Amino acid sequence: GMAANKAAKEQKYDRQLRLWGDHGQEALENAHVCLVNATATGTEILKNLVLPGIGAFTIVDGHKVSGEDVGNNFFLSTNSIGKAPDKLLDNDPEFFHRFSLVIGVQLPESTCLRLGAVLWNAEVPFLVCRTYGLVGCMRLVVREHTVVESHPDNALEDLRLDQPFTELKNHIDSYDLDSMEKKDHSHTPWIIIVAKFLEKWYSEHNFQMPKNYKEKEAFRELLRQGILKNENGAPEDEENFDEAIKNVNTALNATKISSTVEDIFSCDLCDNITAQTPAFWVMARAVRDFVRDDGNGILPVRGTIPDMIADSEKFIKLQNVYREKALQDASVVSKHVESLLQSVGKVCPPGYLLIMKFFKCVFIISGKNAAFLRVVRCRSLEEEYSIESVNKDEITSCMDNPDSEMVLYLMLRSIDRFYQQHSHYPGVYDYQVEEDISRLKVCVNSLLQEYGLSVSVKDDYIHEFCRCGSAEPHTVAAFLGGCAAQEAIKIITQQFVPFNNTFIYNAMTQTSATFQL
Amino acid sequence: MADGDELMAVDEGHVACGGDWDGRWNHLKKFLERSGPFTLPDFEPGTEALSGFRNIHVVDMDTIDISNLNRQFLFRSKDVGRPKAEVAAEFVNSRVPGCNVTPHCQKIQDFDESFYRKFHIIVCGLDSVIARRWMNGMLISLLNYENGVVDQSTIIPLIDGGTEGFKGNARVILPGMTACIDCTLELYPPQINFPMCTIASMPRLPEHCIEFARILQWPKEEPFGDGVSLDGDNPEHIQWVFMKAQERASEFNITGVTYRLTQGVVKRVIPAVASTNAVIAAACATEAFKIATSAYVTLNNYLVFSDVDGLYTYTFEAERKENCSACSQVPQDLQFSSSAKLQDVLQYLTESTSLQMKSPAITTTLQGKNKTLYLQVINIKRSLVFSFSLSPSVLVSLTGAELGLADGQELAVADVTTPQTVLFKLNFTS
Repeated sequence: GMAANKAAKEQKYDRQLRLWGDHGQEALENAHVCLVNATATGTEILKNLVLPGIGAFTIVDGHKVSGEDVGNNFFLSTNSIGKAPDKLLDNDPEFFHRFSLVIGVQLPESTCLRLGAVLWNAEVPFLVCRTYGLVGCMRLVVREHTVVESHPDNALEDLRLDQPFTELKNHIDSYDLDSMEKKDHSHTPWIIIVAKFLEKWYSEHNFQMPKNYKEKEAFRELLRQGILKNENGAPEDEENFDEAIKNVNTALNATKISSTVEDIFSCDLCDNITAQTPAFWVMARAVRDFVRDDGNGILPVRGTIPDMIADSEKFIKLQNVYREKALQDASVVSKHVESLLQSVGKVCPPGYLLIMKFFKCVFIISGKNAAFLRVVRCRSLEEEYSIESVNKDEITSCMDNPDSEMVLYLMLRSIDRFYQQHSHYPGVYDYQVEEDISRLKVCVNSLLQEYGLSVSVKDDYIHEFCRCGSAEPHTVAAFLGGCAAQEAIKIITQQFVPFNNTFIYNAMTQTSATFQL
Repeated sequence: MADGDELMAVDEGHVACGGDWDGRWNHLKKFLERSGPFTLPDFEPGTEALSGFRNIHVVDMDTIDISNLNRQFLFRSKDVGRPKAEVAAEFVNSRVPGCNVTPHCQKIQDFDESFYRKFHIIVCGLDSVIARRWMNGMLISLLNYENGVVDQSTIIPLIDGGTEGFKGNARVILPGMTACIDCTLELYPPQINFPMCTIASMPRLPEHCIEFARILQWPKEEPFGDGVSLDGDNPEHIQWVFMKAQERASEFNITGVTYRLTQGVVKRVIPAVASTNAVIAAACATEAFKIATSAYVTLNNYLVFSDVDGLYTYTFEAERKENCSACSQVPQDLQFSSSAKLQDVLQYLTESTSLQMKSPAITTTLQGKNKTLYLQVINIKRSLVFSFSLSPSVLVSLTGAELGLADGQELAVADVTTPQTVLFKLNFTS
């Protein structure tokens, strides 16, 4: 029955639910992805989306299956009497508007640019993937992708020791280290200890935080002096003080808003809230309003503290001080959201946990995420390809190293040119290889000249791109398939941060690079 | 999309067609039959390598669990409970004509040199550092040295891949020539367990409450019968731990104990997705291809991958450790003061980051006879005769002199982390 199915699904997806949660899974299961071209690369991407439970997929592929396809494609291609993408672009471009994401694989340049233009105007995210010999390439084309839950790897804690909020201050005041018995003294959380000794430091240093290495070292010494001594005057074993000393470096950092978040706050979309403003920007504006009106220039409290040596009671009490403040701050933010929505004629359910279903997205705004909001904006393919707006600086500076992955990008652009001129890719047949090397070189040079790029491409790469004869080896297709699927999942779940905007993988050297073109 | 009911095209297998069909190897031929600017000097155009790739042995002692199905694509719901090696072999053999996969539903440690010697390449996707070290040690034991130089024909390349969530790594090891697993043991930091006093009397996190139920309450209460140990795969067991953990948590006003967290802690669950595994597996397969064909330079020698924030790779050459306990062929020096106890030696063997042994057994030669200095006895019903007729707890408190050990004494240490004993030389300082 239904319940049994639900339980089985939870078990099956357990390992990934721990990464993106039930709400992320729901987003995946509601998504409809379009794959253009079910080549080895395409089906690998699809496999990696089907396995985690993508809701639906549509394959657009005009090719007939050949013996060559069955040779490198683990998934026996279903026979495709389907429509070719070019035909759809001719007759029914709006076909593509329905998708959460379109993934285009092994596309010739003309089809790619046409499809790119349609999707850019329809604001449908577009992921372009290609395996070419031992080189893999991905290009993400999305106007604006906002991320609330970016899940940063090594985030610093939000402890507010430099400016303790009232409740924290009161809690710190409730401790009197000097009058404590050893048991309590040794099991006082290091946060309290640092706070207490900071007060001491302030009184002797004109209320200035320890700033440089010398001062931090002096502060650490102050902490060391605070360790209880036994009858012989030797320091007792107080692990909590050891923790305090270890954490001095990071605990005393000034609480401030990162430039990434400041940039978000200064966006137009944040300034001008209308009835059409996406939920992310309404939330961002609400947080900004909090910062300016209620937070004294800082974000809502995150509300979490790391584990530390302490007895249960002291730790839980301290943790609750942070948690309750976080809840309080979040409820103030939510009031800002309500008033913003009201001001543009929308009604919103009250409460700090906002479910913005009517904006077609589900997420939780709170201090937990405020510091880690991210926005990814990719340039359009038109901008990348146009002579007026090509990113010359990026290309030429990367090519200072002639073996940079950038040379592989230039080669891919060149073989596209080759295909336009000769209607086949270089070196597909053995007899073509020699001749195509010089033809390809002509394409490379004309590309560089047209874009005014004064870089030189080593002959070795031109030779290699003829040798590989546009082959799509399965292991390279599989590598790219994994990468592309993960980026697709990021777009769909709006968790974790997508790349921006060109990813090149070199299987010869097992290296990669990301360029913003 | 129905799950399990509808057969997919791939499940029906491939109609047996004996040999190769027209165009089968077209993609690969570009790399096998044409030389290029990046091929190795010893590259010879030809397709012989293809035939070797058809013979694959798979070793895996695990059976298929439903939670594998979100990423392990050779398995379907109907296969749950069956051995992984068997099902994988079946799937590939039926799907890839001409491929010959032989399954072994066993631990890697069940085989000896005669088994591993047969292979040209070994590829590992193991789930523990211990297992990796064992395989590493096995391939090192196959090496022949002549005048201190390794005989290249005895080198079997090891390609090792691993993932955790959205991170992964792949490495190529040429035993005896490039950095081995033990050379870079610091890259695998030891698993942190919560201190017992925290678990026993000072819980702060929901995890502490779960560990309390698992480590202390379960052995005491034996809720499912005498001697029945906790089985992380048994939902009833997990449910019991979950409820006990909740009780403890409410005693201390700790929030956050959930069934999912309980399962995660008890089974030491590592989150996993299809995509990251696909990336690392593909990288390993590419390296296997390169080694077999010399079509390109192999990875030299370690690749790190992460796709949490954008996509990130870092490739570097891990260096051999001069005195690596696994591959340096040099007896390891142990420096201890003459008043140090056997306990101190044991502590060093288990806690040093470069050794990280699990339960070392130490033997040595005294007065011409082989004597066991230490052997950890766990749940052994029959009695063990110790060479000294002393219990282990007394033995470990003896000093080197009391045990009759001399300066320069050679100790042979066996451990699960290595198939061969490691030789140590005891040097007494002061």
